[in-house]
Amino acid sequence: MELWFTERHTPNVKFSIKVDHQLYSGNSEFQRIDVFDSKEFGRFLTLDGYMMLTEKDEFIYHEMITHVPMAVHPNPKNILVIGAGDGGVVRELTRYSSVENIDLVEIDELVVEVSKQYLPTTACRFDDPRVHVYYEDGVKFIRRCTDQYDVIIVDSTDPFGPGEGLFTKEFYGSCFKALHDDGIMVNQHESPFYAEDAAAMQRSHKRIVESFPISKVYQAHIPTYPSGHWLFGFASKKYHPTADYNGTQWSMLGLKTRYYNPRLHVGAFALPNYVEELLKDVE
Amino acid sequence: MALSQVDAPIYEALRKFRRMRVVPFDVPGHKRGRGNMELTEFLGEDCMNVDVNSMKPLDNLCHPVSVIRDAEDLAAQAFGAANAFFMVGGTTSAVQSMIMYACKEGDKIIMPRNVHRSAINAMILTGAVPVYVDPDVNHQLGIALGMSVSQVEKAIEENPDAKAVLVNNPTYYGVCSDLRRITELAHSHGMLVLADEAHGTHFYFGDGFPVPAMAAGADISSASMHKSGGSLTQSSFLLMGKDINADYMRQIVNLTQTTSASYLLLSSLDISRKRLALSGREIFAKTVEMAQYAREEINSIGGYYAFSSELINGDSIYDFDVSKLSVHTLPIGLAGIEVYDLLRDEYDIQIEFGDIGNILAYVSVGDRTRDIERLISAMSEIKRRFGKSGTGMLTQEYINPVVAEPPRKAFYAKKRSLTLDEAAGNVCTEFVMCYPPGIPILAPGELITPEIIEYIKYAKEKGCQMTGTEDINIERLNVLAED
Repeated sequence: MELWFTERHTPNVKFSIKVDHQLYSGNSEFQRIDVFDSKEFGRFLTLDGYMMLTEKDEFIYHEMITHVPMAVHPNPKNILVIGAGDGGVVRELTRYSSVENIDLVEIDELVVEVSKQYLPTTACRFDDPRVHVYYEDGVKFIRRCTDQYDVIIVDSTDPFGPGEGLFTKEFYGSCFKALHDDGIMVNQHESPFYAEDAAAMQRSHKRIVESFPISKVYQAHIPTYPSGHWLFGFASKKYHPTADYNGTQWSMLGLKTRYYNPRLHVGAFALPNYVEELLKDVE
Repeated sequence: MALSQVDAPIYEALRKFRRMRVVPFDVPGHKRGRGNMELTEFLGEDCMNVDVNSMKPLDNLCHPVSVIRDAEDLAAQAFGAANAFFMVGGTTSAVQSMIMYACKEGDKIIMPRNVHRSAINAMILTGAVPVYVDPDVNHQLGIALGMSVSQVEKAIEENPDAKAVLVNNPTYYGVCSDLRRITELAHSHGMLVLADEAHGTHFYFGDGFPVPAMAAGADISSASMHKSGGSLTQSSFLLMGKDINADYMRQIVNLTQTTSASYLLLSSLDISRKRLALSGREIFAKTVEMAQYAREEINSIGGYYAFSSELINGDSIYDFDVSKLSVHTLPIGLAGIEVYDLLRDEYDIQIEFGDIGNILAYVSVGDRTRDIERLISAMSEIKRRFGKSGTGMLTQEYINPVVAEPPRKAFYAKKRSLTLDEAAGNVCTEFVMCYPPGIPILAPGELITPEIIEYIKYAKEKGCQMTGTEDINIERLNVLAED
């Protein structure tokens, strides 16, 4: 018997992973949640059939979405994470001793419960006393916040489905309002490669550019996401992601990472020409 | 076998007809879509397949004897009416039909001036003469309210020869007059009561809403099924009480209604009636819950005022439709129309309308909680990014008109065209209105005052979509020429 998980990356491209067995399948109020075991990628989580993370490559995504803003901000204490119910971002954040408070806002409680049970590699720091989990719509949560966070990390799903609101201008504007005057927002920024993803990426970039004075994009290679070429948005009120970056200072923290390092930090902001053009089109 | 609300006779007949694969040598010429593939790809084969003409198995709206008649009987039953007609020319045609039923040339009809243009259009078609009851006005919000009972009573006593009283149930903003008492008053003077329920279809099916016209004893109602009822745009119901001669009404309707009624519209009415009859209560409970939630959240932003049943005053706001999400925007220094435009241009959110002081977001069962959150957040952001001091904003929304001539006489009279500035002091021969909501600022036969000119200019400047005049740019107005 052969059991395969397949995700449609475009109407003409499919990506498949051979499944060893399925560990969990359930429906929450918002989406279908599945966890599988596989030989090649280890355990993996999908939402509505879309790949969220695999044990083998999640470190790339979580390190890049977390350490880039944390290394640019000179003194990040109060952090807001939106989405990220799998716990990966929280795991990386709790490694910083300077952090005093982490608010995690996840719309779907079941994602956190399932992650705690089946994904111990990411959902391993929810018991840190600095972590506070709120189960509500991020769009609603942030509407009430003013001038209170140093860093906001938006770890959203795709712009279709429950995460839709996290790609809107009203949401980015609310993030701006919720940040201190030197705050930074980083978001999952889709892929520039396939046409549909690229359009979503451009739409999202345009809205961030209109909301923040500094808005840059950086990249990483994530094998299990469509095309493998993935982007993150870096939006900031004061700090430039490379000009205001002190890699030595970050290195002195002594955090051991598998993907992120100071040279890569700077290099990640150097984008291919076609991506630069896509971004310029909407700036 | 007796039919019940689980049946949908037109819908079922269409499904049966589709299965028979009848070869079409009749209109429409697209022949189940095969003759117009681009359109078929756009709308879908299922849609084109039931875009058919009247025929024996599918009945005929002009003279219904089988499935349409059955569907109309079921609709009447669902709405608590003696008779109901399926309408395919919008609620506009329903409103016009009920006025044409009640009034002939020269007959008087008592109505509030904040009626939809379709009602005044009917004056031009029939030659009926409106007797306007000035609606009460809420000056803080700048909106026209319902009619007070004493004002209606006064109008009835001054015009004992009037044939009917027309009532908005509710207004665009959700305001209801005391329909029961107005009905008793009118009936005791031998006048018919006509209800424009373009925004009140849900009153018939949900709990806790204002009284619907048929339950209040009114004689005829125009109920926009396509607004809160979920049917396709342009489809509507004409509801009749027991004292209305439905067969004569059918003749009135047929004066202006198409003889090629769309089965897409008819089936949408049939299916939507079934849906509301079976589950309207839950549907509208959910709608009200969402509207109520949005109202609380918007009021907590500050500045905005999402108004509701606290406005009830026992008379000109006898009741309020809590499914409406109307928000007063002037305290944040923005006209309603400006917030309306910002929501669309900046946040990709389209709402129903914005006027000088208010916006209305239409909430229905089709809404998702996450979209409501987006609307609230966008309004919060608009206040943060664009809000300013609310002083100096023009608040006057409703201007009581001075009626110089009956609408029909003015509309057909000899006229001349003047610029806006020249027009003050003359009698207008055409409509001027913002659409939506489509309530005339000026109707044919009304005196143009400097105040009205100022209002038109301000509304144009703020970006209201103005309609009604012969001059497409609303720079000139047609006025009565001296003989």
